[in-house]
Amino acid sequence: MLEDLVLLSPEITLTIFALLVLGLDLAFKRLKDALAYVAIGGVILAIVVTALLFGTQGSLFSGMLVVDSFAFYFKIIACLATGLVILSSIAFMKERTPYRGEFYGLLLLATLAITLLAGASDLVMIYLSFEFVSLTCYVLVGYLRGDPKSSEGGIKYFLYGAVTSAVMLYGISLLYGITGSTNLVEIRDALLFPASPAASTPWLILPALIFMLAGFGFKISLVPFHQWTPDAYEGAPTPIAAFLSVGPKAAGFAVLIRVFLTALPAYQIDWVPILSGISLVSMTFGNLVAIQQTNIKRMLAYSSIAQVGYILLGVVAAGPETYGITGVLLFILAYLFTNLGAFVAVVAFSHLTGSDEIADYAGLIRRAPLLAAALVVFFMSLAGIPPTAGFLGKFFVFGAAIQMGQKVFYFLAVVGVLNSIISLYYYFNVVRLMCFLPAKDETSLQIPRSLVLAVTITMAMTLVMGLHPQPFIELATRSVLSIAVLSPL
Amino acid sequence: MEFPYLTLITFIPLLGAVACLLIPRKYEREMKRLAVALSLIPLVLAAILWLNYDYTAGTMQFLEEYAWIPTINVHYRVGVDGISLPLVFLTSLLTVICLFYSSYTIKERVKEYFAFFFLLEMGMVGVFVSLDFFLFYVFWEIGLVPMYFLIGVWGGPRRQYAAIKFFLYTLTGSVLMLLAILGMYFAEGTFGILEMARLRPFADNFTLQSLAFWGLFAAFAIKVPLWPFHTWLPDAHVEAPTAGSVILAGVLLKLGAYGFLRILLPIFPQAFHHYAPIIAILALLSIVYGALVSMAQWDLKKLIAYSSVNHMGYVMLGLVAAASAIGTSEKFFDSQAMALNGAVMQMFNHGIITGGLFLLVGVIYERTHIRDLKGFGGLGVTMPLYYGIMTATCLASLGLPGLAGFISEFLVFQGALSIIPPVAAIAISGVVVTAAMFLWKVIQLIFLGPLNQKWADLPDMQRWEVITMAPLLFFMVLFGLYPTPILNLINGTVVKLLSGL
Repeated sequence: MLEDLVLLSPEITLTIFALLVLGLDLAFKRLKDALAYVAIGGVILAIVVTALLFGTQGSLFSGMLVVDSFAFYFKIIACLATGLVILSSIAFMKERTPYRGEFYGLLLLATLAITLLAGASDLVMIYLSFEFVSLTCYVLVGYLRGDPKSSEGGIKYFLYGAVTSAVMLYGISLLYGITGSTNLVEIRDALLFPASPAASTPWLILPALIFMLAGFGFKISLVPFHQWTPDAYEGAPTPIAAFLSVGPKAAGFAVLIRVFLTALPAYQIDWVPILSGISLVSMTFGNLVAIQQTNIKRMLAYSSIAQVGYILLGVVAAGPETYGITGVLLFILAYLFTNLGAFVAVVAFSHLTGSDEIADYAGLIRRAPLLAAALVVFFMSLAGIPPTAGFLGKFFVFGAAIQMGQKVFYFLAVVGVLNSIISLYYYFNVVRLMCFLPAKDETSLQIPRSLVLAVTITMAMTLVMGLHPQPFIELATRSVLSIAVLSPL
Repeated sequence: MEFPYLTLITFIPLLGAVACLLIPRKYEREMKRLAVALSLIPLVLAAILWLNYDYTAGTMQFLEEYAWIPTINVHYRVGVDGISLPLVFLTSLLTVICLFYSSYTIKERVKEYFAFFFLLEMGMVGVFVSLDFFLFYVFWEIGLVPMYFLIGVWGGPRRQYAAIKFFLYTLTGSVLMLLAILGMYFAEGTFGILEMARLRPFADNFTLQSLAFWGLFAAFAIKVPLWPFHTWLPDAHVEAPTAGSVILAGVLLKLGAYGFLRILLPIFPQAFHHYAPIIAILALLSIVYGALVSMAQWDLKKLIAYSSVNHMGYVMLGLVAAASAIGTSEKFFDSQAMALNGAVMQMFNHGIITGGLFLLVGVIYERTHIRDLKGFGGLGVTMPLYYGIMTATCLASLGLPGLAGFISEFLVFQGALSIIPPVAAIAISGVVVTAAMFLWKVIQLIFLGPLNQKWADLPDMQRWEVITMAPLLFFMVLFGLYPTPILNLINGTVVKLLSGL
């Protein structure tokens, strides 16, 4: 029992700190901004604990949760994302809401939910943690009650979330009906070795799979489950938009990979074409629509739809020998630093100028050189230009597609790289404004120190990951091994 | 361990970029001097390498190798041979000249300008010395970003359009190259460029070989640029600041031709030979089209930009001639070697000559702020020194014997005529057109005829402008009269390359 608790220590740490933050907020009215640092402390502690546990294996609560490197990897991602988001919220939220204690508490709870989802290995547990992630996020998106856009984003997010999770639940029930189990490993065995030909009902698998995909796709914001994304991003407090673009997405990928590779390898031949199609449509649609955006948060929303399309390409190219899943993990880590970094810069800009319009970024290099330079690095990384983290992610994901060695996959890779060219156009449109055009208002911008720190960390990590990728690749490779153990492929 | 010459040549510019950014704005004069001084170090090191290179062997020398990303077998592997060494030297030389020239002409955002220039140098030298595909690709892309900024921030009126067009065109080629590189890696398990030439990936699968070939071809052909992939070039050249045009024409175009030599020819000789007729036609069209369109221009910078399409066409002609004769045993070996020698030397010559021409355009543009050829006339009287230097450079460019351009063009045609006579015969007409263009449009319209009174008191070239041009003129004359040092260097490697095919 004690051993089980040790394995759960990241989750326990997060729970304690979430409650601590909420409790301190109730007890001491004037602590609000110090609470942010308490929360960051909790996140850092959780990362340390996770790192210490890395490499251990275990199964908890009669198979409801597994503890493996793959889960640890996503726990680290979730904690890193939350830490950076809190750091970038301090100055931003101070002027916008008095309820900051609950805000940080909710963020920690959302992180807890993601860590649970990362280890969930039973459909019931998956559904529960899924809803946990969603509920905390609904509240966070609509957090600025006085701002109608925030409320609109929250409602839209909630309605889409409610529908897709109901559909997902139906898919789960179908799968349970076919196999008689909710445990992923048992489902795999039931599908691979059906008790009798009559017991195998493959025709039901496809709808079950698609229904579940609706839920995952909503979290990840894959086309056609993406419509909430731009509105929620635009309306949400910008740090929360940053969080949404990384945390829940990573969680969605974790659970998608675990369900599809662990439970449904027998039907890989069915889900690969579906995911390939979604991947293609997501990246192309996201990029084409992003070009026309005039609001930077909406642009980043569509860009994130395109980015998950690239990531999904790695899932499609998953095989025993390929770099597919390694690529997915690397891409998500790279995307964490890059996209969070871009959002942090947007937070800083909108905090100081009150604007999210791309046109207002004109001449930023004169007004805030660090911010503009960091954005150039982030956009390079998002477009996949070396020596940045984003290049590494794309290198592995497209590499995996090439590695599959079939015409279809070559085609996917070509579409993928052509999409990066489209994306360069709108990313560098912002660079063009920032660097080539004069500012309407020449006053230089004084960025709060917490935001400078957040931008510097993300920019440094984006470059470090591009220049010295070896440790990150090793980490990702080790994390993939544990999921490969479960997969018969 | 040997002295890490190449690493220093590659990364001293990075140091320079950091230094430029760190020096406070008020020490701008000092920063400019420091930048020029720092840029001299790679040049001196490159000269030392040239003198110490054992050209009789023709092999890769001054090698350095360290593991970079062991999991996927990526190494930091650099080295130079007789093909890359002249280009490394050319890059360092032109960078010094450009920084020197810019320290007089660039007035705004000076720190960033110099920093970007250094980063650009790092990217270009990096490509020439890389012996690992991953490294090659990283440097290839690194070069794009500073050039984008150089055009976009310090360029002409249509700079924003030209900058993004340049970026998008080149990136399109690069990403297709990336896929080809990935394909080769997963087939052979290595990123080593030399190893790949030994292993010959996809030797038994011509479809895949062709795919990889065309993927790489796209990247290199856009960069060269080969007709019809050239449309980014006039925009970029015209809008770029003077020093940017010099580097674009002088070095960036060579990256493409270098890719053909270093990668496509040794790794895919079979596919190259198979598709040689198509490429020969493209090269021919580049030559003829470049010359004719150049002749039709009234904007001096555009004229020189199109003449680059024409001149790079000669490089491609030499290459394609060599590729056409693959598999014909010993019969054409000498012609092949001649064509390739000519092609490599033409790369170097085009760098110094066209680089010089763009500098000279800068000289007149700084004074008059026009580039319209109809707006000049009779300047030979007021600017005799400029007249002389411009004439010499134009004559070098059109291939007058005694100047460097003649030797390389002669070698290319000599080689190509015996291998692909019809193509070479038509291509020679390009020389006639360029000669007419330079003599009539440039020399006659600017310097001869009645003096345009508007420019009656235009000052002649100043000392620093002459100093900028002097090294280029020196090499034009030196290699025109005595090409042995550079031809020896190139020939050893070319012979080795050809005998390996």
